[in-house]
Amino acid sequence: MSDAGTLLAPPGTAPAVPGRGASTTVATLEVVGKATVAEDVVALTLADPDGRRLPDWTPGAHIDLVLPSGDTRQYSLCGDRFDPRTYRVAVLRERDGRGGSAYVHDTLRAGDRVGVGGPRNNFPLVPSERYLFVAGGIGITPLLPMVAQAEVLGADWRLLYGGRRRASMAFLDELARHGERVHVMPQDETGLLDLPSFLGEPDPATKVYCCGPGPLLDAMGVACTAWPPTALRTERFVAEQAAPVRSAPFEVELARTGATVTVEPGTSVLEAVGAAGVEVLSSCRQGTCGTCETTVLAGVPDHRDSILDDAERAAGDCMFICVSRAADDRLVLDL
Amino acid sequence: MTSTAAPAHLPTTAADPFAHEALEDPLPLHRELREAGPVVHLERYDVFALARYAEVRAALVDWQDFSSGAGVGLSNFRYEKPWRPPSLLLEADPPRHDAPRRVLSKVLGPRALHRLRERWAADAEALVDEVLDRGEFDAVPHLTEAFPLRVFPDAVGIPQEGRENLLPYGNHAFNAFGPDNDLTRAGAPRVAELSAWVAAQCARDVLAPEGFGADIWAQADRGEITPEQAPLVVRSLLTAGVDTTVHGLSAVLYALATHPAEWERLRAQPALARVAFDEAVRWESPVQTFFRTATRDVAVGGTVIPDGRKILMFLAAANRDPRRWADPDRFDLTRDPSGHVGFGFGIHQCVGQHVARLEAGSLLTALTRRVARIELAGPTTRHHNNTLRAWGSIPVRLVPA
Ligand code: HEM
Ligand code: FES
Repeated sequence: MSDAGTLLAPPGTAPAVPGRGASTTVATLEVVGKATVAEDVVALTLADPDGRRLPDWTPGAHIDLVLPSGDTRQYSLCGDRFDPRTYRVAVLRERDGRGGSAYVHDTLRAGDRVGVGGPRNNFPLVPSERYLFVAGGIGITPLLPMVAQAEVLGADWRLLYGGRRRASMAFLDELARHGERVHVMPQDETGLLDLPSFLGEPDPATKVYCCGPGPLLDAMGVACTAWPPTALRTERFVAEQAAPVRSAPFEVELARTGATVTVEPGTSVLEAVGAAGVEVLSSCRQGTCGTCETTVLAGVPDHRDSILDDAERAAGDCMFICVSRAADDRLVLDL
Repeated sequence: MTSTAAPAHLPTTAADPFAHEALEDPLPLHRELREAGPVVHLERYDVFALARYAEVRAALVDWQDFSSGAGVGLSNFRYEKPWRPPSLLLEADPPRHDAPRRVLSKVLGPRALHRLRERWAADAEALVDEVLDRGEFDAVPHLTEAFPLRVFPDAVGIPQEGRENLLPYGNHAFNAFGPDNDLTRAGAPRVAELSAWVAAQCARDVLAPEGFGADIWAQADRGEITPEQAPLVVRSLLTAGVDTTVHGLSAVLYALATHPAEWERLRAQPALARVAFDEAVRWESPVQTFFRTATRDVAVGGTVIPDGRKILMFLAAANRDPRRWADPDRFDLTRDPSGHVGFGFGIHQCVGQHVARLEAGSLLTALTRRVARIELAGPTTRHHNNTLRAWGSIPVRLVPA
């Protein structure tokens, strides 16, 4: 998922935010590189300030980037998953954006710290003999690691990459080595994307991945009506702003123990209840293993794990307290 | 197998971790390996051993350098043919590991397990009532084998017939991670028959319409894995999900029977059941060891492990490393066992750990409700397996509450 739309997207749109609330910081990472990769697109390279491994991810995953302003945006990881020490994201300058992308472009610089939540994957690459990838503008970001993965797997793949004009299309240099597999289609040179001829006949051994603005996804839906229902996989952008990070402390009431503890912004719920003498079993402390699962009796959790899907998050009856927090002032947990 | 002389400064030992003496009591060997250094050369198999917590955990997490795709046993799939089609999870690296892992994490995820809670609690109570009637009995067949066999195959959705094959199949699979010794050879005559039975249970039309098996097939329908992968993902449950929990339950039961003060603590505070089980998994480490293969020359603790060489990670030794754990040999419910590597760590960390914890939690809760005391009623015996730390027999007497 990517910041505020592609070149073809309506201005000021942001990706769908699953569940409620935005990220609290799971990790503080350092900007170790910032480079312009196309007109209005910068790529950020992030690393742990102490050089530690970052949480593992799979192609299609995104992270929450928490800017010093408190703004939270979701960006697809577009680096190399085999490199355990850096993340890369690419940020498009939003024309009428609320400042998140402007901040990244104009103010953020190498050496600065940012908060990062996740990674989480709602757009996984499923096994297939053949892949067709369709990217619109900055929608190339989640597809870039997928292309790398298809190569590693020896799968047959092609990429159709549309943008307004060549200079605005990020990562053309990195894609160049794939030669004929990549069809670069700047609108000012080649006109609108010809989806039907790129897709060809429906094929049960092919999966179709598309990331881009709403109109492109709609067009893909139409173009794939004759395909098997599970063939087309898309990452959807909607006009929704991520809520700012809750920077205030919140209270957690432990129903069984009868105690109430205050969780400060820099502390996890796990640590806070532990300090109050209630040990909860944990393992990964990254929101991936599921060990610290805790039943929620009241209140709205701000889910930060990579385990629950959107429906499970919405149910709000359990949470992983090593990373997840409260969206409001108070949570009641079955502890 | 390639053989290169170990670097001169590398500590080395002739000890055989798969010999019966070591399987009967591995603790002295684990201590020796931990003390010898961060990396130790095992002459007998010409492999590298890690036995300290920091190194074991780092290797478990570092899938880039320490590969599972060449097998997590002694046999190196780069050079040797596996005895069965390799696991799509345990014996796979990213990117191939991704999709099967994602599917199984979902199928065995929090939602799925919430649905089983009440049923398993009732099953545990019924079983505890049955064994209370016996008074004195061997806890291995009647409790720690009986409970997983009662609940898990039903949860997967396999038919009744042939379930007695599950334990021998799992036992052989875990022996086969070790060398071709007497234990592995003892399983050989039945390999074909047991493998065929297990494979047959993984077929869609054999599995019940509801259960983990059907859920896996439903994910194949959604295109999350291929129909060719589905049976092997089901097989992972049948291989990795039975013997492990049997020995995990034996571990916690033995620990509580021999630590009456901890049993009292648990009875007074039944919410400690989760801690009790994980502390037993740390203390006993039902899965003792797994191998990795170096994907390049990897530097560990001042030694370079050459590309393609096998590394034996002693999870059990890491779980009692005094560098990480205070008073590590003590089974102690006041300890926070979080961070133990008994379920592994990183991308291969046990995907069934919540199933194991739910089984254990159900059984321990039923025991704390119905039983005042658990006492050993005779000499215990170990069951030897190349990978698992297991009990053959735990005679007990349950005193009703
Ligand atoms: C006390 C019980 C158990 C213990 C001690 C245990 C231990 C482990 C360990 C140490 C690993 C990591 C292997 C590695 O890193 O190479 C693992 C992986 C695995 N376990 Fe368990 N396990 C237990 C119960 C279960 C159950 C109940 C299931 C199934 C429901 C299960 C299924 C698996 C699977 C499929 C993997 C492979 C995961 C992967 O490679 O991604 N285990 N287990
Ligand atoms: S400790 Fe792993 S999810 Fe919280």
